[in-house]
Amino acid sequence: MVSDTDRSGHGMRTLFDKIWDRHTIVARAHGPSLIYIDRDMVHEGSFHAFADLRGRGLPVRRPRQAFGMTDHYAPTAGRRIEDARSPGIAAVLRQFDDNLQRHGIRQFGLADPRQGIVHVVGPELGITQPGLTIVCSDSHTSTQGALGALAFGVGQSENAHVLATQALWQLRPRTLRITIHGRRGPMISAKDVMLAIVAQIGAGGAGGHAIEYAGPVVRAMTVEERLTICNMSIEAAARCGMVAPDDVTFEYLHGRPFAPEGALWERALADWRSLPGDADAVFDREVSVDASAIEPMVTWGTSPEDALPIGGRVPDPREQRDAARRAGMQAALDYMGLRPGEPLSGIAVDRVFIGSCTNSRIEDLRAAAAVLDGRKAVVPVAVVPGSTQVKRQAEAEGLDRVFREAGAQWLESGCSMCVAINGDLVAPGERCASTSNRNFPGRQGPGARTHLMSPAMAATAAVTGRLTDVRRLLAGP
Amino acid sequence: MTPRPFIRETAVAAPLPGANVDTDQILPARFMQRERAAGFGGQLFHDQRFRPDGAPRPEFVLNRPEFADARILVAGPNFGCGSSRESAVYALADFGIRAVIAPGFGDIFHGNALKNGLIPVTLPERVVAELQAQLAAGPDRQVTVDLEALCVTLPGGAQHPFAIDAFWRECILKGVDEIELTRGFLAEIEAFEREYERAHPWVVVK
Ligand code: SF4
Repeated sequence: MVSDTDRSGHGMRTLFDKIWDRHTIVARAHGPSLIYIDRDMVHEGSFHAFADLRGRGLPVRRPRQAFGMTDHYAPTAGRRIEDARSPGIAAVLRQFDDNLQRHGIRQFGLADPRQGIVHVVGPELGITQPGLTIVCSDSHTSTQGALGALAFGVGQSENAHVLATQALWQLRPRTLRITIHGRRGPMISAKDVMLAIVAQIGAGGAGGHAIEYAGPVVRAMTVEERLTICNMSIEAAARCGMVAPDDVTFEYLHGRPFAPEGALWERALADWRSLPGDADAVFDREVSVDASAIEPMVTWGTSPEDALPIGGRVPDPREQRDAARRAGMQAALDYMGLRPGEPLSGIAVDRVFIGSCTNSRIEDLRAAAAVLDGRKAVVPVAVVPGSTQVKRQAEAEGLDRVFREAGAQWLESGCSMCVAINGDLVAPGERCASTSNRNFPGRQGPGARTHLMSPAMAATAAVTGRLTDVRRLLAGP
Repeated sequence: MTPRPFIRETAVAAPLPGANVDTDQILPARFMQRERAAGFGGQLFHDQRFRPDGAPRPEFVLNRPEFADARILVAGPNFGCGSSRESAVYALADFGIRAVIAPGFGDIFHGNALKNGLIPVTLPERVVAELQAQLAAGPDRQVTVDLEALCVTLPGGAQHPFAIDAFWRECILKGVDEIELTRGFLAEIEAFEREYERAHPWVVVK
């Protein structure tokens, strides 16, 4: 075992290094190390992993370290399996319940008041903590790094491997620090910051790297904002995203159901305070971002890197010199039904989705409600809270009334139209202003056209029926 | 999953240009609820391969007669980015694809591919672009991926080395099962747990 202090030849360590070293069971100078995994969060898609275990006759080795969340296929119209939109979906939900029961894994099922999207629920219940290694067979597991955990997505083979052994062979990624300095302008959300970062470094820009977000803008962010930032690390191809834990983190965690209590809390806290990277730790790469220059962002294409300020125009493929890029851009515009040079502001949308693990927490819903308050949506709007607890909280604050009075649908929590596998679809050719994280072709349904943006911008699009700068709407006519 | 052993493969390679081909393209999400045994080959690139009425799109590369026997795919940068769904790898493997050559891969896809014996071969962007042009023009479209020699042979005979981590290369060459391998380390895992939980008692789940 490698202790926290003897990583050879490397005195100064980053947050990532400290967590990695502390979880190394078998270290290899070259090739993958065997890493201990503290938590495995499983969702309905894990049936392949359970089938793998069944085929081998293996139990889940440490069922208490696994947590089951019903989210991807969760019906948003009701909380019973019968509310599922198809018998196939109902079968997936049932199979999930069976698998968790058989293996003795704690479940936050459809009817549970703690149910919700795995990356919303993990932090909300305090299951996600600084210094932990967390996996989930979902690429947006990077979200949970916002609390100072090493959290990353895995496939079903790796999921089965963790369930069977509580460990994983992993290559050590390189480290990348993204320092966000400057000062965010009014109405500039964490989503705008992250879309700007993905546009700046590219959809492949952080490949093979663990990102740590740092700098004054990140320090001033709430935990929920940090979750939004870390969430989209994977849209830049990063292995994970993280933020060093600080008082904001500790205050957020204190008193949550799975957070340590009493004397253990004090011990944990002392340890967590030692996790941030050493002052002169060296990162393999550094990127600097000026938050002062960031405007409300929207995507125009079919990759999250295709993001521009709302004041911009649809780019012209003819201005691309590289033939492959030109062809890719043309294909994106054809799919999106957009013309080069068209102003982004003013593009008409057919519907609005406010939800997903990127932007479905209470602060997101407040931001959307602030725009919709006293206004009417002119296109269909679905508001899907990230968890049942978020839903209850929003209702306690009267946000549900604001949404309903604006004409929006107020639905039950789940992934819903982010990935559309519960049957909540955007129709072919329809254009959707969405607070989710992926604008891939077909992501929200076959032929669906997705524009990614913040909750306030999505709410603005609901009111005007067009992509619109939220600052203009709020400034009045 | 025990990877299907792979030593070398010589086959027709099909070009699939374009950066950031994500796993939602490779296997649309609505097919993820299929059982593994049902196979995913028919759903590979579904929405690009087929029209909404189910008819094949003749222009899609894998529907063209000259690529009917393709077993190798030559793709653009950041191939397999996006969702962690391993069913994207199942779809490629079930369709009969044994290796994907690209300038780079999504991390999770790369890992999933290795677990299933689908070889992710990273070559420089320029080499990949030239290879794609060569495959589009034909007539020679045979490519060899040699995992033992860590070498790709292009039509015309040019050779390019590639790298795959030695641990996984060994697993795939020999068809080693990773879970079985790790279970051989159970004593180390248990010893680790004792020490780790003693030093960090709050990590023990209530
Ligand atoms: S909300 Fe979307 S991105 Fe998040 S876990 Fe669900 S499907 Fe994945």
